[in-house]
Amino acid sequence: MANVLEIRWHGRGGQGAKTASLLLADVAFNTGKYVQGFPEYGPERMGAPITAYNRISDKPIRVHSNIYDPQYVVVVDETLLETVDVTNGLKKDGAIVINSAKSADEIRPLLKGYEGKVYTIDARKISMAALGKYFPNSPMLAAIVKVTGIMDDKSFLSEMEGSYKHKFASKPEVIEGNMKALKMTLQGVR
Amino acid sequence: MSSIDFINENVNWKNITPGGEIYEGGTADEFCTGDWRVDVPEFLAEKCKQCLLCTPVCPDAAIPVKDGKRLDFDFKHCKGCGICAKACPFGAIVMKKEEK
Amino acid sequence: MAIRERLSGNEAVANAMRQINPDVMAAFPITPSTEIPQYFSAYVANGKVDTAFVPVESEHSAMSACIGSEASGARTLTATSSCGLALMWEELYIAASCRLPIALACVNRALSGPININCDHSDSMGARDTGWIQIYAENNQEAYDNFVQAYRISEHKDVRLPIMICQDGFITSHAVENITLLEDKEVKDFVGEFNPKEYLLNEDHSMAIGPYDTPAFYMEHKRQQAQAMMNAKKVILEVAADFEKLSCRKYGLFEEYKLDDAETAIVIIGSAAGTSKDAVDALRAQGKKVGLLKIRVFRPFPAEEIAQALKGCKAIAIMDRCESFNSQGGPLGAEVRAALYEAGATPKTVNYVYGIGGRDVRVENIEEVYKALDEIVAAGKVEEPYRYLSLRD
Repeated sequence: MANVLEIRWHGRGGQGAKTASLLLADVAFNTGKYVQGFPEYGPERMGAPITAYNRISDKPIRVHSNIYDPQYVVVVDETLLETVDVTNGLKKDGAIVINSAKSADEIRPLLKGYEGKVYTIDARKISMAALGKYFPNSPMLAAIVKVTGIMDDKSFLSEMEGSYKHKFASKPEVIEGNMKALKMTLQGVR
Repeated sequence: MSSIDFINENVNWKNITPGGEIYEGGTADEFCTGDWRVDVPEFLAEKCKQCLLCTPVCPDAAIPVKDGKRLDFDFKHCKGCGICAKACPFGAIVMKKEEK
Repeated sequence: MAIRERLSGNEAVANAMRQINPDVMAAFPITPSTEIPQYFSAYVANGKVDTAFVPVESEHSAMSACIGSEASGARTLTATSSCGLALMWEELYIAASCRLPIALACVNRALSGPININCDHSDSMGARDTGWIQIYAENNQEAYDNFVQAYRISEHKDVRLPIMICQDGFITSHAVENITLLEDKEVKDFVGEFNPKEYLLNEDHSMAIGPYDTPAFYMEHKRQQAQAMMNAKKVILEVAADFEKLSCRKYGLFEEYKLDDAETAIVIIGSAAGTSKDAVDALRAQGKKVGLLKIRVFRPFPAEEIAQALKGCKAIAIMDRCESFNSQGGPLGAEVRAALYEAGATPKTVNYVYGIGGRDVRVENIEEVYKALDEIVAAGKVEEPYRYLSLRD
C-alpha cells in the first residue's frame, strides 16, 4: 500500500486537530483522490491529547486501522512534544510539521533523534494577526498542504475559499481572516 | 361473523393473525366475564341522584351510561367487587349474596 | 445520477434517512450514534423532511415511542448504540413480536463495563435473538446502501419485522471517506410509500395490537414470527438485486473475497473486513491461497450458504468482535460452526475474539491469523479453538 499517503495529527481536545484532518480530507477529495479522515478518541475532556489521521490515495482505501508509520506528522500543540512520542513510526524520508514560534533547528533536539525533515509554523502568531483569536487549525492545514505538496497554493486557496463559504455560511465575517491565515502560512512555513 | 371468530385454539401457526392482531375494536365486550361474581349489586333507582360517581370507579366498565344517566348493571361483565357501592353517597347500590 | 461525496458513516446514514423522509423519528442521544439524530433534527428544523422528531428521555422511551408510532401506521426509525440499545431490550422483543417494521441505525459500541465508548459488536450481538433483522456494513458506503434498502425488506408482506442497520462506532461512523450517493428522487422511488394493510389510526377500521397471549396461542405466534425471519432471506436478495440495478453496487447475504480456491479463510463482520482484504492481497502476492467471507446479513443467519462457501477450506478462523462468556468463543463462532456441522463440512475451525472495546485491528494482526491457520493445517488439529487476537499475554 505504498501509494497511500498517511498523515497523523497530534493535538489537544478542543483545538481542532480532528477538524483540520477532516478539512484536509476535504481538500484532497476535491482534487479527485480517495480519502480518509478520522479521529482516535481517548478520554473525553478538553485538553486531553487526541490523535487524528488522514489517508490519501488514488485507489479506494479499505484498511480501517490507525496509522503507525506515517509519512507526515502534524503537531498542533507544541506542549505535546513533552508528553507524546510524536515521531513514533514516522518515516525518515517524511516530515514533521510543528506549531511553534521556534525554528526547526531549535525544535529538532526535542524530537528524540528524528532524522527527517522538520518544519515549524507559528500558528498562534498568524492566527492572532489574521483572526484576532487563536484557532490553529487553518494555519496547520495550510502548512501540511504546503509541505506535502498535495496541491499548489493557488488551487488550495481557491478550494478553501469555497469550503469556508460553505462552512461559515452563517458567519461570513470570519472567511476573510481564515483566508488571510492560510496565505500567511503558505509563505511562512519553513 | 366477527373477526375474533377467526382467533381460537384451533387456528394453526400459518393462519393465526400476525402478532396476535385483532382486526376489530372493543372486542372485550364479547367475552362474558360476569359468569361468576363475589357479590351481586342491586341498583335502587329511586335513591339514585345520577351523580355518576359510581361509573368511573367500576374496574369492569359494567355500569352503562346513556344520555347522561346510568342504567342498571351490565351483568355480563360485573364481577361483584362492590367498589361502586362504597363510592355511592346515597345508598343507591347495595351488595347482596347472589342467589342462583 | 450518482453523486460523488465524502461523508462520515453517521452523515451517510443521516442522509439516507433524509432521502427516505420517514414519518417519525424518536431518539435519545448516545455516543457514537449521537450525530445521526443530531443531523436529522437539523433536517427537520430546516424543513428538509416532513418527519415528526420525538425527543424522549431515554432509549427505553425511544423504542416505546417507535412502537406506538409504527403501530399507528407511521414509517418510523431511530438510532442508538451500546447501553442505549441495551435499555431498549424489552421493547426490541415487543417491536418484533408485534411485527412492526421499524428501522434502527445501530452504531456499534462496547457495552459497559468497564465503561468504554469504542467499537465492538457486543451491543447488537446481544440483541441478536430479539427478532430483528440485522445487516452489517464494512464502510460508510455500505451503511448508506443498507439503510436505503432497509424498509423494502422490513415492510415486505412476507417479512414485517424490524430491521437493524449496523456499522462500526467511530471506525466508520466518524471517519470521513469517499461515498457515492443516490439522487433524492431515486431513493424516494426505490423505497416507495408505506402502506400498511392494518394500522391503529385507520379511522375506517379499528384494530387492537399487542394483546396478551395465553399458552394456547404464544407458540403459534412465535413460529409464525420465525417464518417471517426465514422469509427475509429471499426478500433481502430480491431487494439487493433491485438495488444493484439502481446503483451498480452488488450485495448478497455475505461477500466472498478470493474464497473460490482458498485453503484458509477468515469469517468476519464489519470494518475489519476491509483491513483483512488488504491482508488477503498481501498474502496472495506471496502465493498463499487465502480468502475471506464477510458477513453482511447476520439475522436471518445464512447457514447453508455460508457452509457451502466454506466447505472447500482446510481451516477457518471465525472472528468475533464480541465476547459470549460461554467459555467456547463468540456468537459468530457458534453459529458458523453449527452451520458447518449441519452441512457435514469438516474444515478445522478456530474462533478469535478480536477488536473489543476499540482495540485496533491492523493488517499485520490479520496476517497473524492466517499464519495460525497455516499452522493448524500443518498440524492437522486445533490446539486452542478459542483465542484472543492482539492480547498482551
